[in-house]
Amino acid sequence: MAAVSSTSSPSSAQGNFVGRLAQLPWWLLLLVLAGVTLLYQFLTNELYTVILDKLARGIMTTIFVTLVAFSSAIVIGLIAGLGRVSKNPVIYNLATLYVQVIRGLPILVWIFYVAFVLTPAFFTLTNALGDALSPLLGADNFLSKANTQDVTLLGRAIIALAFAYGGFEAETFRAGIQSIGRGQMEAARSLGMSYFQAMRYVILPQAVRRVLPPLGNDFIAMLKDSSLVSVLGVRDITQEARLYVAASFRYPETYNTLAFVYLSMTIVLSLIVKGVEARLGKDGRGS
Amino acid sequence: MGAAANGNGQDMIVIRNLVKRFGHVEAVNGVSLTVARGQVVVIIGPSGSGKSTVLRCINHLETPTSGEIWVDGMKLTHNHKDINAIRAEVGMVFQQFNLFPHLTALENITLAQKVVRRRDAREADRIARAQLERVGIPEKADAYPGQLSGGQQQRVAIARALAMNPKVMLFDEPTSALDPEMIKEVLDVMLELAREGMTMVVVTHEMGFARNAANEIVFMDKGLIVEQNTPDEFFANPRESRTRAFLSQILR
Ligand SMILES: Nc1ncnc2c1ncn2[C@@H]1O[C@H](COP(=O)(O)OP(=O)(O)OP(=O)(O)O)[C@@H](O)[C@H]1O
Ligand SMILES: [Mg+2]
Repeated sequence: MAAVSSTSSPSSAQGNFVGRLAQLPWWLLLLVLAGVTLLYQFLTNELYTVILDKLARGIMTTIFVTLVAFSSAIVIGLIAGLGRVSKNPVIYNLATLYVQVIRGLPILVWIFYVAFVLTPAFFTLTNALGDALSPLLGADNFLSKANTQDVTLLGRAIIALAFAYGGFEAETFRAGIQSIGRGQMEAARSLGMSYFQAMRYVILPQAVRRVLPPLGNDFIAMLKDSSLVSVLGVRDITQEARLYVAASFRYPETYNTLAFVYLSMTIVLSLIVKGVEARLGKDGRGS
Repeated sequence: MGAAANGNGQDMIVIRNLVKRFGHVEAVNGVSLTVARGQVVVIIGPSGSGKSTVLRCINHLETPTSGEIWVDGMKLTHNHKDINAIRAEVGMVFQQFNLFPHLTALENITLAQKVVRRRDAREADRIARAQLERVGIPEKADAYPGQLSGGQQQRVAIARALAMNPKVMLFDEPTSALDPEMIKEVLDVMLELAREGMTMVVVTHEMGFARNAANEIVFMDKGLIVEQNTPDEFFANPRESRTRAFLSQILR
């Protein structure tokens, strides 16, 4: 017995060793290595320090856009998601139209469309409404005076991102709501609760637990997509990087730094999402 | 106005010519049934005979295709406010319990009291604990449904319905999803409830319960009531051949 096991052990140990080696998170190691190299550059290379300093000016804008657009998207998505499960055909069709339009358009195109078509159209409408109501509100009322320029490009960018992600979250919420068994709604209704009471106290609390992980992932996606606002000239970190490159032609240094900043944020966030997911998985009353 | 139409005030549930179609499927083909105050009616019949559908029409979980239903003199219409008001008076217990898994047993029982009956938290809490006591599991107040056995879950579901002070209780095969050793604890609660004078409509395959608790047994087949009688008569002298065939199968 012992002899057999000792002769066979070297090869199996070697297999084990290779197996374990292959299981190490090499991607993380390489990433950290790249990060450390960059970090070293930040500390020693003056150019990197200058670039980091420039990008830092945009960081508040990036965070602001992400937070405001994402929290708005959750509200929009919840409303549209409820519309998608509604039995009222008008509400259902409106919600479905919205979701289909959002899903069918590239976000970049949607951002241009909101900024330069929908926002002006909205103000044309309010102006016309103000003029029509001028006998009531006076000739110079706020509706007829409202101007497209009142909404900054930052504002339009946030609105566009919020409605784009609102369309995605609508489907997330719809799937979450529909994953809750029919019996839950029936039990709530049989106790005399209205549809909205049943949604609020019984269905949504369970559905929200289930959609928390996808929402977390979408939050990270939103952070990345917030870089798209740079096409409107909004000075987030991407725009700051583009401006610096345009003046300095320091392509590798600038985009190295930009990538480093985004990756640091998204990796930290994804670890947080994983942690939350694990905690939700542990207390098994979500079923 | 409904009270006038359904005659004397003794009748808790009056169903007239109830028809329910699902597309081409005729689930209920014209059922008329009266349940007097304090009566226990047990509905039996083969699978697909329309038992659940009749029950679910009584609290409008299904909208009748035609026919009329009164509950304690109130006529069921399509008006949502009225439907919610009637549902609060009609407790329902499901085969699959349908407890709210994100809430504790106590919270399951207090929720509708608070949002439908508008009781304050302390009052709802007191009533919930009393109902848990009544169904024999006061110590499970803070347990989540996932931590309870099937029998315990069903008893919480009964307590949840009772806490609304319903005038009628509907049971749709309340013991069919339970392991055999847990059936008795649920039936005992239901027997006690019947003794206390609760008006009950029960769909069940538990013939022992039907014998002991029912004032009347209704046998349904193919969406119709085939036979209706007191338990003694029903089991001793079934009149219809279809009833005899069903009984011989189920009592074998
Ligand atoms: N939501 C529905 N959609 C379509 N058909 C339905 C629906 N609910 C019930 N049915 C059909 O209506 C008929 C009666 O169903 P019902 O559930 O009332 O029978 P049941 O007597 O309760 O049977 P079981 O003992 O199996 O519970 C069946 O043919 C069933 O398939
Ligand atoms: Mg049934």
